[in-house]
Amino acid sequence: MNDTGSLPHAPPRDAAAARTARSRRWLLYAPLAAAGGAVLGFWALLRGLGTGRYDPRGVPSALIGQPVPDFALPPLEGAGLPGLSAADLRGGLERPALVNFWASWCVPCLVEHPLLMRLAREGTPVFGINYKDRPEDARAFLGRHGNPFARLGADQPGRVAIDWGVYGVPETYLVDRGGVIRWRWAGPLTPPLLESELRPLLRRHA
Amino acid sequence: MPRRAALFLLLAPLLPAAAARGAVGDPAERLADPALEARARAIGRELRCLVCQNQSIEDSNADLARDLRRLVRERIAAGASDAEVVRFVHARYGDFVLLRPPLTAATALLWAMPALALAGGGAAILLALRRRRAAPDAAVETAPLSEAERARLAALEAEGGERRPS
Amino acid sequence: MIPELGHFALALACAVALAQGVLPLVGAARGDARLIALAPPLAAAQALAAFAAFVALAWSFAVNDTTVLGVVQNSHSAKPLLYKLTGTWGNHEGSMVLWVLILALCGGAVAGFGRRLPGALQARVLAVLAWIAVGFLLFILATSNPFRRVWPPAPDGQGLNPVLQDPGLAFHPPLLYLGYVGFAVTFAFAVAALLEGRVDAAWGRWVRPWALAAWAFLTLGIALGSWWAYYELGWGGFWFWDPVENASLLPWLAGTALLHSAIVVEKREALKVWTVLLALLAFALSLLGTFLVRSGVLNSVHAFASDPARGVFILVLLALYVGGGFALFAARAPALAPAGVFAPLSREGALVLNNLFLCSIGAVVLSGTLYPLFADLVLGVKISVGPPFFHTAILPLAAPLLLAMPIGTLLPWKRARLWPVLQRLWWAALAAAGALLLALALAGARVWPALGFAAAAWLIGGAAADLADRLALFRRPAAAWARARGLPRAAWGAALAHAGLGLTLAGIAGMGLATEALVALRPGESARLAGYTWRLEAVRDVAGPNWSARRATVTVGRDGAVVAVLEPERRFFPLGRQTTTEAAIATDLLRDLYAVLGEERDGAAILRLHHNPLAPWIWLGAAVMALGGGLSLSDRRVRVAAPAPRGATVPA
Repeated sequence: MNDTGSLPHAPPRDAAAARTARSRRWLLYAPLAAAGGAVLGFWALLRGLGTGRYDPRGVPSALIGQPVPDFALPPLEGAGLPGLSAADLRGGLERPALVNFWASWCVPCLVEHPLLMRLAREGTPVFGINYKDRPEDARAFLGRHGNPFARLGADQPGRVAIDWGVYGVPETYLVDRGGVIRWRWAGPLTPPLLESELRPLLRRHA
Repeated sequence: MPRRAALFLLLAPLLPAAAARGAVGDPAERLADPALEARARAIGRELRCLVCQNQSIEDSNADLARDLRRLVRERIAAGASDAEVVRFVHARYGDFVLLRPPLTAATALLWAMPALALAGGGAAILLALRRRRAAPDAAVETAPLSEAERARLAALEAEGGERRPS
Repeated sequence: MIPELGHFALALACAVALAQGVLPLVGAARGDARLIALAPPLAAAQALAAFAAFVALAWSFAVNDTTVLGVVQNSHSAKPLLYKLTGTWGNHEGSMVLWVLILALCGGAVAGFGRRLPGALQARVLAVLAWIAVGFLLFILATSNPFRRVWPPAPDGQGLNPVLQDPGLAFHPPLLYLGYVGFAVTFAFAVAALLEGRVDAAWGRWVRPWALAAWAFLTLGIALGSWWAYYELGWGGFWFWDPVENASLLPWLAGTALLHSAIVVEKREALKVWTVLLALLAFALSLLGTFLVRSGVLNSVHAFASDPARGVFILVLLALYVGGGFALFAARAPALAPAGVFAPLSREGALVLNNLFLCSIGAVVLSGTLYPLFADLVLGVKISVGPPFFHTAILPLAAPLLLAMPIGTLLPWKRARLWPVLQRLWWAALAAAGALLLALALAGARVWPALGFAAAAWLIGGAAADLADRLALFRRPAAAWARARGLPRAAWGAALAHAGLGLTLAGIAGMGLATEALVALRPGESARLAGYTWRLEAVRDVAGPNWSARRATVTVGRDGAVVAVLEPERRFFPLGRQTTTEAAIATDLLRDLYAVLGEERDGAAILRLHHNPLAPWIWLGAAVMALGGGLSLSDRRVRVAAPAPRGATVPA
């Protein structure tokens, strides 16, 4: 890092000095190598950004591979559906189930709603957790767009959502028959996602 | 990325509280005991607000940050230690929620960086110094002034002012 | 019509820059004096064209020309004229135009002030600057045309982000760009020196003013951004270690190191290879910041709307300039004739130590900023690196640096003994110890703020000791005035800048003692904080030019007397439906009384009150640092021609 070396009148260097000079010359390429590596890395980041492999916002779930957390939620007032608790998910499901956090004020929830309806029609148990919502709004939402949920818990304070590691609605979790969380999707479900990720997982854990 | 960005764009107008600024907090959520409140704040500053990015839950008024603030205070009021509270949140949200990354195999390089940088730079300097010693003529004590140095010395002398009396 | 002229001016600037990038370079290689002489007029022409383009864009914003897409997206007729104008660079496209304008003006300055530069060196520097300009002009023309038209014209603009309607943020980007682009000039000098294969004291002398100017502007720009965050974000914080903040800090650290190592080149013709590398690095880090902010690879409150195509373009530019610079460095650095030797314990040695620690801090900041990205990409793990990490990791590097600063400035060149220097610093050490004990006594067992005050006293005392020593203030007080006048301004500047850092540290330490309260008050009720009584008088509606607001009046009193009246606001911008808080701050330079208005419920208003001891010193210190840089810049030896390179410095 330091310029050393002889003054202009110094005698020729000995062999050892010449060796270090060569190793130093090699060091001069270090910045180029570092910059090259960084550029390649950034290029990979940009590519990942395009393909979705790298997502600066996506937060992975810490609960994958773990049993569903302890919770017991009351039913949504006046919806005529049973509430949801951990026991419902741990007590030997016949098929893997989806747990969907949603709210009537959330536009992406509306976007994914037809897919949930389709899954429910196909026989996949879909359980809902209504997040920070007014019961009348939630009821109106289900009345207008249909109800895909076999059970529906109301989480008005949003505390159970924290136990699940939810950071925004909608979020959808796949729970296997043993009550273990296998997959989480943050954001609205989409048809391509359903075919590429969700269906294979539903089959694998069936 | 697009899905998540779209999600937040759609949510933003619906959730006035999710705006990263324009928010102040709520006195009701604070603990009455100043010592406990100070502990809660110190913990909160270590936890990341997941929806607003790069802000701690103490510096954000997003809904989730508010909920987590309340949660931290509830745990503290219930007698949990600082480490227990952090562990509680970490178990739910993973490493991403910790603003101080935990020391794992994946972060070892990051935590080693201060020592690595210092050691690397120091080694380069020592190498340079050793090499100088290898060239005996360059030794500081004995090196006579070269022609160039004499000229520069004269120039500096003429400029004046800069040298201190020693 | 005017937007088309602006667009044409950009294309013209690009064409001129292309000529400026080729002809002088050919001339310098062939020794053709006519081609070399073309460089300054071409640089002036490029500056004119860039200026014309910028004026055309500013005009479109000023008259709210809604046929221009950028105006429609970012402006509104109801905005005050000042913010219409600053809105010119409050968006991605316009800020790039400002960037190339400043670059072109810097080129013009090199052409104008650099008449005493050797012709070939000047030609090469201008050619390198021109190549940088070509890249960014092509970037604008290809991906970010600021003059794009829309038809039919929109009835009015969609309003500027209300957060940007603020004097602090309006002038934050130009100052930052002056810094970034200033490092483009030192980069150009480094590349030119590598092309020539010669770095000598004269080169050091040419580079230092540019490094100083860039550094001073960057210091101001960062400070302004931090001040803005302090009063606008409303949480009382001033530095969040956000990736975008870090991106501006990195070139600052490299530039600070460059500033110091360039002294060694100038005085001792040592550290040449290292200084050239730092000059390349400072600009590389500036470009890295540009890339990070505009490509979308990280997300941050500050980031511009991202576009992968732009990201790829900037990455290509980054690869070309930085890769080219480093490749040239690897090839030509061995040719830089090494000279100058020194003992480890000397001014040079201290400056090497300074560089070691500054660059280590830079490495920590860089890795902390980029690690989450690459951990995600390579290892697939999501981690966050936030303030707690940076504080823990940087403190052990900053502490020895601060400790060594006053000692280093007192060490003589070539070789030194430590003891006499320490003897001259005994009273600075005494001041530090006094500050430590005083802070512990007054603020209780708050160790970190107390240590911060001690470090601040040590730096300010050290700067004073340095000046006293140079002036022989105690030995020959009678002659001190005469010596003060004879002392080079660079010496004054250095002492001032070091003392400025001390002021900033004191401010940061003071913020460590800050207290706050969150209260719900009805009009007439009051709260107590930090010995003051904060009484809410009233909350009422106020109307602004393009916003409406709720404004609270809080009188702050102490011992029955009114100390200050604070009027915090919560503003609502109907366009864009955004709410901002306008914190109210009353300062007497020793402390800030800071109030933020929150929601109102049941007749009570929520107020967050802060008492921030010494907070203004953080930015005051930065201003003093920049002033020190400016003072050094006005030094006679910078203005007067550098001597011609001496024949004795043999190019290998």
